[in-house]
Amino acid sequence: VFWQLVANGLVTGSVFAIAAVGVTIVYGILRLVNFAYGDFMSFGALAAYAFNGPLHVALLPAVLLAMVCTAGLSLLLDAVLWRPLRARRAGFMSLFLASIGLALILRQSLFLAYGPQPETFRVNPYKVYVLGSVRLGEGQFIAVVTAGCVIVAIAVFLARTTLGRTMRALADDRSLAAIAGINTSRVIAFTWLLSGLLAGLAGVLAGLAQSSFDPNFGFQLLLPVFAAVVLGGIGSAYGALAGGLALGLAMELSTWPPFFGGVNPVYEPVVAFVVLTAALLVRPQGLFGKARLV
Amino acid sequence: MSALFSGEFWAFVGVVAGIYTILALGLQLEFGFTGLLNFGQVGFMAIGAYTMAILVVKDGLSIWIAGGLGVVAAGAAGLMLGLPAARLRSDYFAIVTIAFSEIVRYVATNENSLTGGSQGTIALGKGYQAAEYNGEWERFQAHVQTTLGIGSRDATMLVIVWTVTIVLLALVWLAVRTPWGRVLRAIREDEDAAASLGKNVLAYKLQALVLGSALAGVAGLLYAFQFSFFSPDDFQPLLTFFAWMILLLGGLGRVWSVPIGALVFGFLFSGTRFLDFAPLSYLDSGQRAYVRLIVIGVVIIGLVLFRPQGILGRREEMVLE
Repeated sequence: VFWQLVANGLVTGSVFAIAAVGVTIVYGILRLVNFAYGDFMSFGALAAYAFNGPLHVALLPAVLLAMVCTAGLSLLLDAVLWRPLRARRAGFMSLFLASIGLALILRQSLFLAYGPQPETFRVNPYKVYVLGSVRLGEGQFIAVVTAGCVIVAIAVFLARTTLGRTMRALADDRSLAAIAGINTSRVIAFTWLLSGLLAGLAGVLAGLAQSSFDPNFGFQLLLPVFAAVVLGGIGSAYGALAGGLALGLAMELSTWPPFFGGVNPVYEPVVAFVVLTAALLVRPQGLFGKARLV
Repeated sequence: MSALFSGEFWAFVGVVAGIYTILALGLQLEFGFTGLLNFGQVGFMAIGAYTMAILVVKDGLSIWIAGGLGVVAAGAAGLMLGLPAARLRSDYFAIVTIAFSEIVRYVATNENSLTGGSQGTIALGKGYQAAEYNGEWERFQAHVQTTLGIGSRDATMLVIVWTVTIVLLALVWLAVRTPWGRVLRAIREDEDAAASLGKNVLAYKLQALVLGSALAGVAGLLYAFQFSFFSPDDFQPLLTFFAWMILLLGGLGRVWSVPIGALVFGFLFSGTRFLDFAPLSYLDSGQRAYVRLIVIGVVIIGLVLFRPQGILGRREEMVLE
């Protein structure tokens, strides 16, 4: 049972990790806690479903198309909403509330378009991958393998490419980066693009991992994703990767029977926040955040 | 369409606006005066309502004692959350409070033996008997109705709710005028400056949080009495966002702007029920509920973009940053 839980934790955790990076890079550069991110994930999953289900596109191209659509939406919103707010020098509170308004609009639009019934992707529900004592369904298997590759790709991108380095420089100190000659508006647009791609992918993978999803499901994932972001230190991309994995493992392993008889699985999201609160009490800046407190 | 002209319907809208006023008043105290970003207000409302209902049904307490304890429980929860969280930076604080309200909802949904689970307060009692906590309230309401000679039950509730609302508004209005209220505003403007003058910033923040949460508890009680039955689904984060929208509509850092915001919100939210022209008339009622929330989202964004001080807010006093 233990290794099965570890495997489930890696599936959940790697999806959280990808989603958390998408939230944290936007925060790092724009100081925006994007409350609409969960609904971006729903958008990605339902877009992939639309291509995969009614339009009969194979899963892989459907996912890529969905990611492109989500990124397009993300860029569009930067142009019509976030850029005007930046021009007004809107602070944290304005941006957060605007993202709440946006979350409502997106989620309800998805409900209007798809209705409330749960959808599934075309995967074989009976196919099971066995690795030693661990069994994973096809959806879970695809999710964890893809997520693992993407996590490595993100880490390499941030560490090795010029664009990745400029993004981190901007997150560190925006005015200093601008003085150093970095084209900030181009990097901001790219950040939204990347955040949208990751949201779309995370939405699809979460949909695969939990097999069915409705327009509400992204919002339900948002809070654990936020917990992962905060756990890693808001704004730190590496922190978000680590925080996501740690949180996924903690949530699944808390149900392990030898651990205080095992926490009831319905309380997994609560476990995420207990871990988060405990971590914040010890390190208020998050595990990887810089110690410029309060 | 006939509901548009029915007094009953608008009395209901007024009752809900009064309850939202109290909910948002707590946020005004916490954010508009102290600068605390509480996004878990609905959680305290749930604690107030559930504490009352559980104590009445399971322990046979009178609604007045149980209701008082519900408000105390909501305030105590504010303290418990504030002790670790109030030291956090505002963005972390916002996330932790949302998380708190979701935890309350998870617990209410899953601890069937304590809260009745997802079925709500109906399942609070033993066996298959439907539980009721509002018998005593009904009698009180009937008593008020005959004493004041009010025509209908809904109008009576309207009078009761707004009496409570106005008393609470007046109390908060008086409180923020005292030296205590000035310290809160000083903390909102500059925490470090207030601390350097020897004010215990954390203690003041906690006081604001406890009072704001207790107000949410009162809103929870009135909500419970109005609907005579509730379930965890009544305490979705959406309600907190409604309260924030009311705060923004009315204006930040003012007390009497809150009921104005709540009334505008009430008319906006309920009034959109009556939009019956094409293309809206092609949608069924479920789909129109989605459209209503889209309208709410658009209004929130519009306020943030075009009128960050709210309808009645003063730019000099406080603008959304």
